[in-house]
Amino acid sequence: MTEPPIISVRNLRKIYRSGEVEVHALRGVDLDVQAGEFLSLIGPSGSGKSTLFHILGGLTPPTSGSITIQGRDLLGMNDAERTEFRKRTVGFVFQKYNLLPTLSARDNIEIARYIAGANGKSDDSFNDVLALLGIADRLDRKPKALSGGEQQRVAIARGIVNHPAILLADEPTGNLDTENSNKVLGVLRDLNKRLGQTVLMITHNPEAAAYGDRIVGMRDGRIE
Amino acid sequence: MINKLVLENLKHRPVRTALSALAIGVQVAMVLTLVGLSNGMLADQQGRSRGVGADILIRAPGSSIIGFTENMPQKIVDYVRKQPHVALATGALIAPTGPLTSVTGLDLPEFSKMSGNFRYIHGGPLQQKNEVIVDEYYARQNKLHVGDTLTLLNRPWRLTGIYEPGKIARIIVDLSVLQDLTSESNKLTVIYVKLDNSSLTDQMISFFKAHGLHDYKIYSMEAFVSAISVSNLPMLREFIYVVIGIGVIVGFLVVFLSMYTAVLERTREIGVLKALGASRSMIVGILMRETTVLAIVGSIVGIGFSYLTRWVIATLVPGSLIQAIVPVWWPIAGGIAIFGALLGAAYPGWKAATQDAIEALAYD
Repeated sequence: MTEPPIISVRNLRKIYRSGEVEVHALRGVDLDVQAGEFLSLIGPSGSGKSTLFHILGGLTPPTSGSITIQGRDLLGMNDAERTEFRKRTVGFVFQKYNLLPTLSARDNIEIARYIAGANGKSDDSFNDVLALLGIADRLDRKPKALSGGEQQRVAIARGIVNHPAILLADEPTGNLDTENSNKVLGVLRDLNKRLGQTVLMITHNPEAAAYGDRIVGMRDGRIE
Repeated sequence: MINKLVLENLKHRPVRTALSALAIGVQVAMVLTLVGLSNGMLADQQGRSRGVGADILIRAPGSSIIGFTENMPQKIVDYVRKQPHVALATGALIAPTGPLTSVTGLDLPEFSKMSGNFRYIHGGPLQQKNEVIVDEYYARQNKLHVGDTLTLLNRPWRLTGIYEPGKIARIIVDLSVLQDLTSESNKLTVIYVKLDNSSLTDQMISFFKAHGLHDYKIYSMEAFVSAISVSNLPMLREFIYVVIGIGVIVGFLVVFLSMYTAVLERTREIGVLKALGASRSMIVGILMRETTVLAIVGSIVGIGFSYLTRWVIATLVPGSLIQAIVPVWWPIAGGIAIFGALLGAAYPGWKAATQDAIEALAYD
C-alpha cells in the first residue's frame, strides 16, 4: 500500500494585490511529494516557485485550493497557527544563509531549538549530523568568520535541528562558487539519503536540480 | 537563549548602545540633580535656621515660609523682649541681591549672644559700618580673601571675616547700615526669640498671638525647620514634575530613535526569527528586554553622573547651590527611565512584530 504524500497540493492559487493590479502568482498548482523524497523545483524568475516555497513554509496563506503537509491543512490556518506550524514542521534554507550575525554558529542552531520549545542539549545523533555537515569545529565562530559554504551548512543544520517533516531550500547555492555549491548540494543529498529527510529545493540551475530524485518544472504559476 | 541574543545585539552596536545608555543617563542625572539640589538647599537652609539658636521665629503678616519680601516694624523686638520667659530677642533684615542670594543685616553682638559666637576661619567680626562678613562657601565660590572689596547693593564693602557655614546667612552686614541702604529704616524681616525655658515654646506662641501679634506668622523653630521641605513648596514640587515629564520624553525619544533604527537594521533578522517560528510576543519581548537593559545601564550611569554634578557644583558654586545625593530617588529615577524607554520601544516593537516575514527576508 502506498504511503500518503507528505505534501499534497491541489489547484493552489495565490493572487497578490499590487495597488489596483491583481498579480496571479500561482494559477492552479497540483503537486505531491512523498516522505523521504528529494524534489527539485526548477523554473525561471517569475514562474511562481518562490511563492509556492513561501506557502509551503507557512509564511503566507494561499488564496484558494488545498494544501496539506503531514496531514495538516494549511489553508485554514491563521497567522498564529502558521507560526506554530513553522516551529517544527518545516525547516528553511535560504539563498543568503540568513544567519543571525550577532550569534555564534552554535547559537544560531540553538535558537531554532529554543523557539521550537526544545529544552536541554540537542541529542547525540545531531552531533553526527554536524560531523556530516563538516562544521563541528566551526560552531563557536560568528557568521562573519565563516565562509559562504560554511554559513550555508550552518543554516542547513539550523533547518533540520528540530527534525522537520520537510526541509525547504530556496536557491541554496545561489550565492556560492562551484566548489561550495557542490558541497552544499552533497550535504542535502546525504541528509536525504542517510536520514530520510524530505527536501524540496527551489533552483533555476539545472545542474543543482539534478541532485534531486525528481525534477519538477514551473512556468507562469503552473507546474509544467 | 533570548537573553544571550539580547546582550549580543547590544554588544553588536557598541556605539549606539553606549550613546543610548548615556542619553538615558543624562535624563536620570537631570532628575537626580534637581531632586538633590532641592534637598541639599533645603537641608542647608534648615541647618542655617537651626544655627540661629532661637526657639521662636516671628515673620510679618502675609510672609511665606521661604520668601523674605515682607518686613515689619523693629519696635516689635522691644515689645517681645518685655514679655515673660523671653530671654533674648533679636531681628534680622534680609535684602535679596539675586534669585539665590541675599544680604542679611544683623546686630552682630546681640545675635551672637543667641546663637553663640561665629567661628571665624579667617579675619574677625564686623568693626566698621562698611564691612561685611561671609561664610566659607561664599568666599570659596567668589575667591574672596579677608581685606578684599565686594560690591553689594551698589556699594563697596570690605571683607573683614570668613566664618564657618551653618549660621543664618552667607553674607552678613550691620543691621542699621542695611536698613538705611534699602530704605527700610526700623524694619525687620524676621525676629528670633529665645526663651528661658524651651518647653514653653508652644505656650508662648499662643501668648504672642493673643497679645498683639495675632496677624503675625509665628513658628516654633522646630516647626519652621520641618516646614522647609519640598512638599511644602508647591512650585518646586511642580517644577520637579515638569523635569520628570521632560525626562520621560527624553527617554522616549532616545529609545524610540535607537530601537527604530535597530528594527530597520535588523529587518532581515526579524524575518529569520519569524521564519523559525518566533511569535509576535517573542519579537516584542526581545526588543523590550534590550530596552530594559539599556534603561538599567543608563540609570546606573545617571546615578554616577549625579555624583559628578554634585562635585562640579560643590567646586564651582558652593555658595549658591548645594546638591545632596538622595538614594531614595534612585529607584524612582530608574523607574522613570525604564517607563520612558519602554514607551519609546513600543512603536518599533509593534512595527517589528507585525512585519511581513517574506518582505523582511527579502530586505537588503
